[in-house]
Amino acid sequence: GLIGRKANILGGSARGRRWLRLGGAATTTTTTASSSNNGGAMEELLVQLQSHVQKVLAGGGSEAVKRNRSRNKFLPRERIDRLLDPGSSFLELSQLAGHDLYEEPLPSGGVVTGIGPVHGRLCMFVANDPTVKGGTYYPITVKKHLRAQEIAAQCKLPCVYLVDSGGAFLPKQADVFPDRENFGRIFYNQAVMSSQGIPQIALVLGSCTAGGAYIPAMADESVMVKGNGTIFLAGPPLVKAATGEEVSAEDLGGATVHCKTSGVSDYFAQDELHGLALGRNIIKNLHMAGKDVLANGLQNINSEYKEPLYDVNELRSIAPTDLKQQFDIRSVIDRIVDGSEFDEFKKLYGTTLVTGFARIFGQPVGIIGNNGILFNESALKGAHFIELCTQRNIPLVFLQNITGFMVGSRSEANGIAKSGAKMVMAVSCAKVPKVTIIVGGSFGAGNYAMCGRAYSPNFLFLWPNARISVMGGAQAADVLVQIEKGNKKRQGIQLSKEEEENFKTKVVEAYEREGNPYYSTARLWDDGIIDPADTRRVIGLCISASLNRAIENTEYGVFRM
Amino acid sequence: VRTRSFSDHRRRIHKILVANRGEIACRIARTARRLGIQTVAVYSDADRDSLHVASADQALRIGPPPPRLSYLNAASIVDAAVRSGSQAVHPGYGFLSESADFAKLCEDSGLTFIGPPASAIRDMGDKSASKRIMGAAGVPLVPGYHGDDQDIERMKLEADKVGYPVLIKPTHGGGGKGMRIVRSPDEFVESFLAAQREAATSFGVNTILLEKYITRPRHIEVQIFGDKHGNVLHLYERDCSVQRRHQKIIEEAPAPNISTEFREHLGQAAVSAAKAVNYHNAGTVEFIVDTVSDEFYFMEMNTRLQVEHPVTEMIVGQDLVEWQIRVANGEALPLSQSQIPLSGHAFEARIYAENVQKGFLPATGVLHHYHVPVSSAVRVETGVKQGDTVSMHYDPMIAKLVVWGENRAAALVKLKDSLSKFQVAGLPTNVNFLLKLANHGAFANGNVETHFIDNYKEDLFVDPNNSVSVKEAYEAARLDASIVAACLIEKEHFTLARTPPGGSSLLPLWYSSPPFRVHHQAKRKMELEWDNEYGSDNSNIMKLTITYQPDGRYLIETEENGSHVIDVKATYVKDHCFRVEAGGVINDVNVSVYSKDQIRHIHIWQGSFHHYFREKLGLDLSEDEESQYKPKVESSANPRGTVVAPMAGLVVKVLVENKTRVEEGQPVLVLEAMKMEHVVKAPSSGYVHCLKVTVGEQVSDGSVLFRVKVS
Repeated sequence: GLIGRKANILGGSARGRRWLRLGGAATTTTTTASSSNNGGAMEELLVQLQSHVQKVLAGGGSEAVKRNRSRNKFLPRERIDRLLDPGSSFLELSQLAGHDLYEEPLPSGGVVTGIGPVHGRLCMFVANDPTVKGGTYYPITVKKHLRAQEIAAQCKLPCVYLVDSGGAFLPKQADVFPDRENFGRIFYNQAVMSSQGIPQIALVLGSCTAGGAYIPAMADESVMVKGNGTIFLAGPPLVKAATGEEVSAEDLGGATVHCKTSGVSDYFAQDELHGLALGRNIIKNLHMAGKDVLANGLQNINSEYKEPLYDVNELRSIAPTDLKQQFDIRSVIDRIVDGSEFDEFKKLYGTTLVTGFARIFGQPVGIIGNNGILFNESALKGAHFIELCTQRNIPLVFLQNITGFMVGSRSEANGIAKSGAKMVMAVSCAKVPKVTIIVGGSFGAGNYAMCGRAYSPNFLFLWPNARISVMGGAQAADVLVQIEKGNKKRQGIQLSKEEEENFKTKVVEAYEREGNPYYSTARLWDDGIIDPADTRRVIGLCISASLNRAIENTEYGVFRM
Repeated sequence: VRTRSFSDHRRRIHKILVANRGEIACRIARTARRLGIQTVAVYSDADRDSLHVASADQALRIGPPPPRLSYLNAASIVDAAVRSGSQAVHPGYGFLSESADFAKLCEDSGLTFIGPPASAIRDMGDKSASKRIMGAAGVPLVPGYHGDDQDIERMKLEADKVGYPVLIKPTHGGGGKGMRIVRSPDEFVESFLAAQREAATSFGVNTILLEKYITRPRHIEVQIFGDKHGNVLHLYERDCSVQRRHQKIIEEAPAPNISTEFREHLGQAAVSAAKAVNYHNAGTVEFIVDTVSDEFYFMEMNTRLQVEHPVTEMIVGQDLVEWQIRVANGEALPLSQSQIPLSGHAFEARIYAENVQKGFLPATGVLHHYHVPVSSAVRVETGVKQGDTVSMHYDPMIAKLVVWGENRAAALVKLKDSLSKFQVAGLPTNVNFLLKLANHGAFANGNVETHFIDNYKEDLFVDPNNSVSVKEAYEAARLDASIVAACLIEKEHFTLARTPPGGSSLLPLWYSSPPFRVHHQAKRKMELEWDNEYGSDNSNIMKLTITYQPDGRYLIETEENGSHVIDVKATYVKDHCFRVEAGGVINDVNVSVYSKDQIRHIHIWQGSFHHYFREKLGLDLSEDEESQYKPKVESSANPRGTVVAPMAGLVVKVLVENKTRVEEGQPVLVLEAMKMEHVVKAPSSGYVHCLKVTVGEQVSDGSVLFRVKVS
């Protein structure tokens, strides 16, 4: 697909006009973007991204996939496809989790997660990939599973667990088993969500051993597939070792045992297709009406909406791959909002932060985007705008391209820390759905004020050109080299120019590696890297999923005035 | 003798009962309505909701579905006519249209019978009587011997006189039974005796007649019309040579490849025939034409409006039903012979619900989709609408497709186009077959004769051994399967975007096209079973993998290995219409879908192709033994093989006796409890023992029912 889009990338103009309608008369404003040659660089990034994605889509290698097929089992994404309503969308999360994280590849972190509709109801899917290390849980697998549950709890989405897992990956048990955010949390979450009326459904399509056995056991309803699905606390080898009893997996914990005798499972499936069909039926029969907390927050949504006036594909040529290049965030906004209609709030004040109202696929949104360093005024404007949106139940979209807050004596004297704190307070407490897209740099406290991961946005995605770190690599190198020089000096050593440069290069390289979007996405600091051209669609789906529940009232803490 | 109309105004028709059903009843009602005459339909219980009932001003029930109790029930129909206050009865064709008794009953009941006098019907209904009358009137007859002297020597002498080949035919009966073609004198005796025997056993009478056998016959008939003032004229001829199972399927007017002189002779002969029986109203004189000698002979006269009358109407520009009503009113014929125009050429194709591959056997079913072509000079005479059932009670003809053109070639183009747009789904039809006929070179040349289908059967029927045509057919089906997939998915998105399954609670965005995936394209699978008329035993399942493209197109793989991929763009127009681009070719496509018995039936019409696919809706589940209740084979109290009652209930059936051999899972008895029947099955293979319960007995939960022992 990328090659076909080339013409757009190169030929597309990033310049655009916005129309502001005033009682029928139209005045025009012009937004400019540093268009130009960014397309080529972004295309390279996308080709690279595509090649990584192609690898993880193939699962755990052709041998494992073949073995899986021979057991009449589908791959996790195929399973989800068969559960979803035909022709519906699927918002997959953290596709590249586990990327270059361990010695061995762990495609998608061994579990596929995402959101899509079944019988018109959005669900969170968590599907083990049995072709990846037998579906066992690495630390990142646990983290991804928990993140899916976190989103499900936040958006009140019924959870469908497609279980096919050997349980915890034993060699890494120390990082999988004991801590708060480890394996046990999965079942804790199931219990808590169930108590809140969020349906928990397990489809046992493969093995479900040891701790994994609790996934179906803790589920509200579960399905088991004859022949493939097994649930037991200990598998046949362990049983033999412990008690000497020799028993087959099917007799020990197969569908027949659990659907007929033990009652651990509720629906008996002849084969996997049948099991998936039963899964769809369970969702069909959910009846969540009358539960106020589960009522959706869809209000004031226009079913008719206009596409942006500009081609969304042009977003690929807008984002600079050199983050020192500034670009007007309005050129991004113009390409993601309905009809490119963006009504700016406080346009002339604190101009490095762009705030305003728009709609995305008919859904009202408040957009906050960076057009430079955050100054006092920008931060105050941001806090003000967030208050407006929370009061009106308008979801917030943060478009991050931020190097940080202004530093220096004048800024400090003006109380930049105080202003920044106000914005951070507003962002932290805002209970409306929040979606963050990092379209460029995400550095320092700017990351906080613009709803970084620590501020629990409902969703956070990166563009392939994004960089995340406490500060830029060059700045860090400058800072660190000063300290290093000081340390050496105390030891009486003078760093040569060359040594100094080497030191700095190492720091820059480390920052480059750790600030890279793949480093972030591998560790689940985000929900995935997206193609800039998909930004509008992804935000639309995220907000729609977030509005699956009613919006809570926001209460703020103490603002330092 | 032409007389101006002095009709009896008191008896002038202002309300007609149509004693028929289907398309002809609708056809008659249409003309009547145009003339301001009210119409009364009659219906059997099977036809209460049918089109002919809906198209009449009034409708009366005449009996249950079997024709002899309804549409052949003369008394009931006449009673309906009297009750409804009709002045006249139009019998249509078939049913009672050629019943002299019915015509007489009508007249006796003070009703005008819109047709010939009862006497003419009677005269022409008797095959040998009609031939005698025609012979006397100078109408040419097929040379033959119809004498009473059945002596074999005499018969052989007559046969020699007629000349070989000669046809031996029983005087009674029909349907070709007992008929024999004798090609040379030395075969005669043997064939004659065999025919005699067969006639005796089939009809009880062994009298035989001889006729010259015409090797390459054409069936040409002349439409005649007479009024009550003695005027008779003809409206040219129709060629009805293309027949199957002795029934016409394509008729045309005028007959191709005949001279004006021949046409005149035919017309004259037909008028003479009609005059010989004092005919009035519409009638048809059928001739057999020997294409070798160019001689024509009288066959029979049909004393009614024919099925194929529209082709005549199209070339003479007249409404024959109107003529019938006017004649019945006592008016003189509106035109004289010289005033009858002859303009252009018309075809009629009869669309039947039938199974062509199984020897044109009539088919029944529901018209789930019925869309007929509309265009100028195209008439579709139909008695059914979408959703109707073609039942086993009546004629399986669905419609008549009538087209007109400036000349035969122009009309044929139109016929082919209209046939390719004639869409029926839900039951098998002969449309594809008619299309093949119309496309045949010999037909285009007008080389028609009654053996046409037989002569060209290799071209007209599929040959499963012809690998080239099998492959071509498969390729065409594969293309259409891909197009079907694209159309169905496109339509699905069209519907989903407007009415998402979650109602208003979910944004339609989740169903927009193409479905969103992160960094890859959504795919889906579809399995279409192709209804292959080649009947090859190879699997006809086409496994399609559809990949949504970002620009809304579909990449469709029809082979597992991805060797055959086609790029399709489908645009939904409306109803069942799509505009489809496949492999660079843009076409109008019609797709009809209906679901029945867990199967989605899909029909596609594209260009001159029509394909039929089936898609399973549900899952095929094997006998679900695990999830069913299996009686406990063993319990501590009972020996092995004992079966106890799974619940308290009433024994409603005992299916086997003691000492019977049963297989595992075989039903042994049926219990009823809580208004549900429960089948108790044998837990293993063996012999039934200790079966004591009997029908009507109440058993309690856990009580012993029987035992199954290995021996």
